[in-house]
Amino acid sequence: MDVFLQTLVAGILKGGLYALIGIGMTLIMGVMGIINLAHGQLMMLAMYVTFVLNTMGVDPYVSLFIAMPLLFMLGVAIQKFLLNPLMKVETILPENQVLMTVGIGMVLTEVARFVFSSDYKYITTGYADRTFYIGNISFSVALTIAFVIALSFTAAMFWFLLKTDLGRSIRATAQDKDAATLMGVNTGRITVITFGLGSALVAAAGCLLAPVYYIFPDLGGPFTAKAFIITILGGLGSTVGAIFGGVTLGLAESMGATYFGMEYEDIVGLTIFILVLLFLPGGFKRLTKV
Amino acid sequence: MSYFRVEKLVKKFGGLTAVDEVTFEVGKGEIFGLIGPNGSGKTTTFNMISGVYPPTSGKVVYRDREIQGMKSHRICHLGVGRTFQVVKPLGRMTVLDNVIAASFSRVNSMREARGAALRTVEFCGLAPVREVLARSLPIAGRKRLEIARAMATRPELLLLDETAAGLNPTELVEAIELIRKIRENGTTIVIIEHIMHVIMTISDRIHAINFGQTIAEGTPKEVAANQAVIEAYLGTDYA
Amino acid sequence: MKKNLYQLILPAVLALLPMAVKSEYFLHLMILFLLWVVIGSSWNILAGYTGQVSFGHAAFFGVGAYTAGLLFQHLQVSPWWGMALGGIVAMLIGLPFGAICFPLRGAYFALASLALGEGIRHIATVAEGFTGGMMGIMIMPTFTSKAPYYYIALGLAVLSVLSIRAIINSKPGYYFVSIREDQDAAASLGIDTTLYKNISLSISAFWTGMAGALYMNYMGFIDPNVVFSLHDYSVMAILVAIVGGVGTIYGPAVGAFIMVAFQEFFRTGFFGLFDYLGKATGSPAFTALSGAVRQAHVLGFGILVIVVILYLPNGVVGDWEKIKRNVFRINPAG
Repeated sequence: MDVFLQTLVAGILKGGLYALIGIGMTLIMGVMGIINLAHGQLMMLAMYVTFVLNTMGVDPYVSLFIAMPLLFMLGVAIQKFLLNPLMKVETILPENQVLMTVGIGMVLTEVARFVFSSDYKYITTGYADRTFYIGNISFSVALTIAFVIALSFTAAMFWFLLKTDLGRSIRATAQDKDAATLMGVNTGRITVITFGLGSALVAAAGCLLAPVYYIFPDLGGPFTAKAFIITILGGLGSTVGAIFGGVTLGLAESMGATYFGMEYEDIVGLTIFILVLLFLPGGFKRLTKV
Repeated sequence: MSYFRVEKLVKKFGGLTAVDEVTFEVGKGEIFGLIGPNGSGKTTTFNMISGVYPPTSGKVVYRDREIQGMKSHRICHLGVGRTFQVVKPLGRMTVLDNVIAASFSRVNSMREARGAALRTVEFCGLAPVREVLARSLPIAGRKRLEIARAMATRPELLLLDETAAGLNPTELVEAIELIRKIRENGTTIVIIEHIMHVIMTISDRIHAINFGQTIAEGTPKEVAANQAVIEAYLGTDYA
Repeated sequence: MKKNLYQLILPAVLALLPMAVKSEYFLHLMILFLLWVVIGSSWNILAGYTGQVSFGHAAFFGVGAYTAGLLFQHLQVSPWWGMALGGIVAMLIGLPFGAICFPLRGAYFALASLALGEGIRHIATVAEGFTGGMMGIMIMPTFTSKAPYYYIALGLAVLSVLSIRAIINSKPGYYFVSIREDQDAAASLGIDTTLYKNISLSISAFWTGMAGALYMNYMGFIDPNVVFSLHDYSVMAILVAIVGGVGTIYGPAVGAFIMVAFQEFFRTGFFGLFDYLGKATGSPAFTALSGAVRQAHVLGFGILVIVVILYLPNGVVGDWEKIKRNVFRINPAG
């Protein structure tokens, strides 16, 4: 029983981070209708930012406030100079923007490799290894903090989307771009802001993950895969779904690792993906309708 | 038995009932008009008949065979063709290639398909623009292409969805002429149209719906004089 | 007439090449080029003509390679038989996959294909007892010279391109393009869109699997990270088609040529030029540059993806007029 509870706790804590990754992805998916295959690579970049700041003595949680704006600006630049111009280009393949994100992901990874080499980097903090206990269940301090911060960012994101004018414009663009344009929403600007926000959110996830994970250039790919499984699970473009998707993936991964073995962690995600495709196309969105 | 009929056709989208127990019958060789204000459920009815989505309940009977819920391509092979209100040209193909693609529903060889397509293009008056890319056609040409493509599938029953909308007076006359010509070839036609003058001149009988429900049916004259139809179109103030 | 002449001369030149050029290295590059003609054309029929963009063609390539390798390893069947079967097994993988994904609309196919490629790579890695896991599979090459492989690759490339051309100019080809242009319109014209997407996928998977099996025969060694590589196969297949021209018959062949040259440029550090200059001048700067260029292989790919999509989205063949106008300053009007 303790093993099960322990696995459950670990899964949920990880799920909070995944939700944060997933929301960024799903925002972009909703507004642009594309899957961002550079999402994990953006996170990887944020982790390196955290790493560099850490060598200068900055705490990872402080570097949140540096990495997020940095990645926001990078996201804005990507959307403005690389993705938006594609809308005006006449081509056969509608997936050009997705291909573009593949290219961006490759460039980000390789640039990171050039600068930092392929070696694993670690961030050393006083609390990374610390745990506290509730009953027999151990909680990693760093993961718990990450979970709480991830939750507050998620809540803030919801408030932003529901209550602010900009948030409403984003939701309107996601629902119907043409109609939003007719209602006076500058959809070009909205896409730029959305990509920036998505990047900033995944940057936050990167900073929170950095103390408990190792950092290397190729970690972007697997996390892009996770992000996209979360998005599929949640239903493409659904924000609530992304939270469910994130927690589900986190739980499934830790269950898989506990009961089948560590090497099956990645296969769990893929299995979920195939199951969703088979039995619940449309993801959780189909069940919740949000 | 009747040639074509829909029986108590219902379509619900979530809480909204777009079509509510619509029933009508069409005789062989007839031009049957379907009218109603915007959003009254005409195109939804067409979409159910042509298999874009299945009806929530009700029957579609074509030559004594229930076809509701069948896939679009099967319904097409049974001899029911359609055009789309929002035209769907195969943009990066030429006009002729659009029609050839449709002709392949009846023949398999390239030579036969091309021959049939050339005849259809000629018949529909598109011969001068047959090598033009479909996306660069003006709206009248696109509407015509919709008809030509549907005709190339050799339908016995043709569903025309607002093929006259957006045309100028000359083009309108040409369109009416084309539709008459199609009927003379023995094709039965169900037509949705907003332009009253067109539907009144062309139809043998008209079925009017509003808010998804039948409000009148009869000859053009009867329907034009019907109180409910006038109210639906002009509002109760004018009635 | 001019075009027919090209069609005669080009195969003739390609057929006589091994007799004229004795360099093994050059033949090796030509074999890679021909393999990419096959893979690029296969990807193109599915994505360029049918509009179903695959991010997972490595799955079909790898499955073809593993079919040939495993048949030999477990049953001692000649890997050349494996070549015929490689295509068929790749097709059999594609069929249930297509049956699941094609009824769904939108980005599902693209996403699922990405998952397929990665998923099969994981399976090949984990199923050590069957596939040898990360150790891979090694077989003895049949021929010591490269010329026989060259001719087999040439045959495969010519057959695949010609058969794809024949298909594109007949009923299935018209149906593929109709589906790409507008799925609803296609369905209303009597086209079973799910069926024809599956046909397109099967053809695509078949030729890609054949290419994979030939690769096994030729290279003599495979492991999951080589043949199921996302960047080296799935993304490269996309690049080959896009650079050459999506939705054109000969575009992928042109793209294959450019991409293999591009890849080799990076792999060899400007075809050994920097090394040579380094030795000739004795300057360490050139040697360092050579090393940097080699490392920048994937970076170069990434930048190429971005540049091509921004400026040449229809490829060299598709945007030929634009290239003539802008690069050669040829103005047809003046």
